[in-house]
Amino acid sequence: MDPILDVQNLSIRYGGAPKPAVRDVSFTLGHERLGIVGESGSGKSTVGRAIMRLLDTATITADRMQFEDVDLLAATEAQMLKIRGKRMSMILQDPKFSLNPIQRCGHQISEAYRTHMKCSKAEAKARAIEMLEQVHIRDPERVYDLYPHEVSGGMGQRVMIAMMLLTSPDLVIADEPTSALDVTVRLQVLQILDGLVRDKGIGLIMISHDLNLVRAFCDRVLIMYAGRLVETLDAKDLDNARHPYTRGLLAAQPRIGGSRAPLPVLEREASWVNPQEAV
Amino acid sequence: MPAGKLRLNSLAGSALSILVTLFGLLVLTFVIGRMMPADPVRAIVGEDATREVYENVYRQLGFDKPLWQQFMLYMRDVLTLNFGTSIRTGQPILQDIARVLPATIELATFAIIIGAGVGVPLGVIAAVNKDRWPDQVIRIISLLGNSMPIFWTGMIALLIFYAGLGWVGGSGRMSQFYIGMVPERTNFLLIDSVLAGQWDVFWSAINHIILPALLLGYSSAAFITRMTRSFMLDQINQEYITTARVKGLSRRQTIWRHAFGNIRVQLVTIVALAYGALLEGAVLIETVFAWPGFGQYLTSNLLIGDMNAVMTCVLIVGVIFIGLNILSDILYRVFDPRTR
Repeated sequence: MDPILDVQNLSIRYGGAPKPAVRDVSFTLGHERLGIVGESGSGKSTVGRAIMRLLDTATITADRMQFEDVDLLAATEAQMLKIRGKRMSMILQDPKFSLNPIQRCGHQISEAYRTHMKCSKAEAKARAIEMLEQVHIRDPERVYDLYPHEVSGGMGQRVMIAMMLLTSPDLVIADEPTSALDVTVRLQVLQILDGLVRDKGIGLIMISHDLNLVRAFCDRVLIMYAGRLVETLDAKDLDNARHPYTRGLLAAQPRIGGSRAPLPVLEREASWVNPQEAV
Repeated sequence: MPAGKLRLNSLAGSALSILVTLFGLLVLTFVIGRMMPADPVRAIVGEDATREVYENVYRQLGFDKPLWQQFMLYMRDVLTLNFGTSIRTGQPILQDIARVLPATIELATFAIIIGAGVGVPLGVIAAVNKDRWPDQVIRIISLLGNSMPIFWTGMIALLIFYAGLGWVGGSGRMSQFYIGMVPERTNFLLIDSVLAGQWDVFWSAINHIILPALLLGYSSAAFITRMTRSFMLDQINQEYITTARVKGLSRRQTIWRHAFGNIRVQLVTIVALAYGALLEGAVLIETVFAWPGFGQYLTSNLLIGDMNAVMTCVLIVGVIFIGLNILSDILYRVFDPRTR
């Protein structure tokens, strides 16, 4: 099967920054769920935003950045307007900030539909309410008319998911979709997202700092460190990771019922940042 | 039902706070009236009056009564809109105010329409193009507007556009020729002349108001531009703007449909403030343009120590600001669902 997304040697440098934020990242994405894991500042969100072409001030270079039939490196902003929100979309971290505080949830959802589909307001509303049902919101008509401050975090994130999946995109980037949520609703929201992604055959990139979450919900995992890809493996092989950074991370996780000895501390090595110089 | 009750409570709360503010304002003007070194009795009876006449008037005005009684009398006068007579003009102060305030409101309203109409779009454009050339140009324009003294720009503008080019009328609200021709109904010259069907007077008034209004508008626009720019910059970096772009909205749609809605509350506040400042503080431009307005009235009475008039003016300025605050409170509720 053709990959949805093919990225080769992607480097991203923010305007005015002395060093690139992301260097030589390569991966392909099929109809699967790909996790990108890394600590804060490792460049994982930057990769997501570069794919959406949202980084106005950054310089993006790559040998190849192909989304289906679209060359993302060469696409104009006008072309991107037709792609963003229709063929690829992104779920942001915290509904408290990612929803417009002064517009009703429903309006924001149907706007996503009306931006790309020629249809009446009533039709967009019907589609939005249908979508709210699909993200397991019990009283969609009521939630449609609520403002973001009137819904809980979990519900807000389901509104976000409804908004981003309403146009049935081929690629969804979920940027820390559950980090801002309570642990109790985290799993519920993830299951809803997972179910929809499977049903619609969407390619998913899940950006996270949570190894266990990615292990449970993804097929493959990319490990990023300091703007570089240090390792790519199947989620089920995570325990057999080779790279010392990944192994260090795994070793530093507490286990219920495990030994009470102090957890090992991750010892960073300079060679992880500049692998070719270390050789 | 509980929501309705809550709303009623908050209305009652704001009504109460308005009453308290008004009361505080009355105390303030009363204290100003008593503390000023000017002697109101002497101002009425004149320098040569006998001691007997002086004390007669002194008692008539109630100065022999205890202070709290004087304050009660003052409250009664204010509530019945009896502000006394101006020493300078010899007319009831209320009548004076009814003449000068509309002249200022006319000018200030014109100016704020220009100021907000120009300032808000410029501020948005500057923010969207931060650090690129449109931003630099707009920042220089607004810096100039903020830093040039208005009496100076007023005189230069009169020199160029009135004396030099003859494009606009000079000082006053209309040409000398028309003065006294329009029946005074509202004392808003633009309205009165239309009501009377005197279009030549109307155009003369427009011709006279345009230059001072533009100058005041420019200085308000300078302030409004800078504030709009910084409000907008705050919003542009918010996550919901990213959401809007992810949906596939263009930059322009993102700005006007999403970001702009979120700065309306702040804009209302600063535009109301700027309008209030224009209503009380246009005295420099009123002087340069011989505009018979409120600012001029207040200053000339202050200079001769006509305390009745000054106290009334202070009261009016206070009421205007309270009114503008109420208005912006109401608009908050309209614009921001979180405050409802």
